[in-house]
Amino acid sequence: MALRARDLEVGAVFEEPVVEDLKRTQIVQYAGASGDYNPLHTDEVFATRVAGYPSVFAHGMLTMAMTGRMLTDFVGDGRLTGFGGRFTAQVWPGDTLVATATVAAVREQGTEHVAELHVRTVNQDGVEVFSGTATARLDP
Amino acid sequence: MAVDRFPIEAGHIMMFARSAGDPNPIYYDVDHAGSSEVGRIIAPPTFVQAAAQFDPDYPLRPKIGQPWFGSGREPSGAAGGGGGQRDSASAPPGGGVGRGLHAEQHFEYHRPLGVGDVLSVTTRPGATWEKEGRRAGRLTFAETITEYRNQDGDLVVTARSVGVRTERAAAS
Repeated sequence: MALRARDLEVGAVFEEPVVEDLKRTQIVQYAGASGDYNPLHTDEVFATRVAGYPSVFAHGMLTMAMTGRMLTDFVGDGRLTGFGGRFTAQVWPGDTLVATATVAAVREQGTEHVAELHVRTVNQDGVEVFSGTATARLDP
Repeated sequence: MAVDRFPIEAGHIMMFARSAGDPNPIYYDVDHAGSSEVGRIIAPPTFVQAAAQFDPDYPLRPKIGQPWFGSGREPSGAAGGGGGQRDSASAPPGGGVGRGLHAEQHFEYHRPLGVGDVLSVTTRPGATWEKEGRRAGRLTFAETITEYRNQDGDLVVTARSVGVRTERAAAS
């Protein structure tokens, strides 16, 4: 179900937990689905002993896919017209992430109603891991 | 990356949505999707990233008969052990071989994307710039613009990604 412009106020917040205690296996699952098998994400031995990281870590695009779930749960299926942002910290196995959309503007664009959203995903320590924006088509 | 044919398939969408922990039935339930506003199983917002599956030269997938730089008997399968970094210049921003990491990703959605569509993918380089980082030394940023077009030649998604290469591992 899509959002209605008349029900949406600037400053409104939609928040959703998108992963609890991220497992290495989920990172591997994303590698398999996306096709990005970089050993930094899938191979603990390589990530620690060759690349010098404390462990494997999630693809930025996995964080973005999980954040996208929050967005589509908020605005409805097939309603996004834009979604982007920066990966501001790495996401590690064991992390718990909460994604948030905040309504920055609701406007009319021709015959369409559009919401502009600030998007933010943080980990269990409150550290931001993704920061960006999204736009979505609304019902009137 | 250039991909001639990226068929949007139901099983692939189901696996992608599962991997992101997204239980939305629009990604796997034909009956639900058919009676929804969008009318068919659609792709999640970041799904086009999986075009890598259909890129014959994608560097971050083990390929039959070719060496792979991940661990096996040794921590790295590449000669010299540190081979993961060797390829970083040719790695796409989404990958991050060695010291290359994905800094930004932006999508513009022009048309609906769902099962049955067949995309072609073209990329072109965008801007590059440098910055001095606190923990990771000099940071080199490079932008890539990717266009995804459907079987009718219509633009479906435009993506802009920014990759960053660091001098040192930047574990936060």
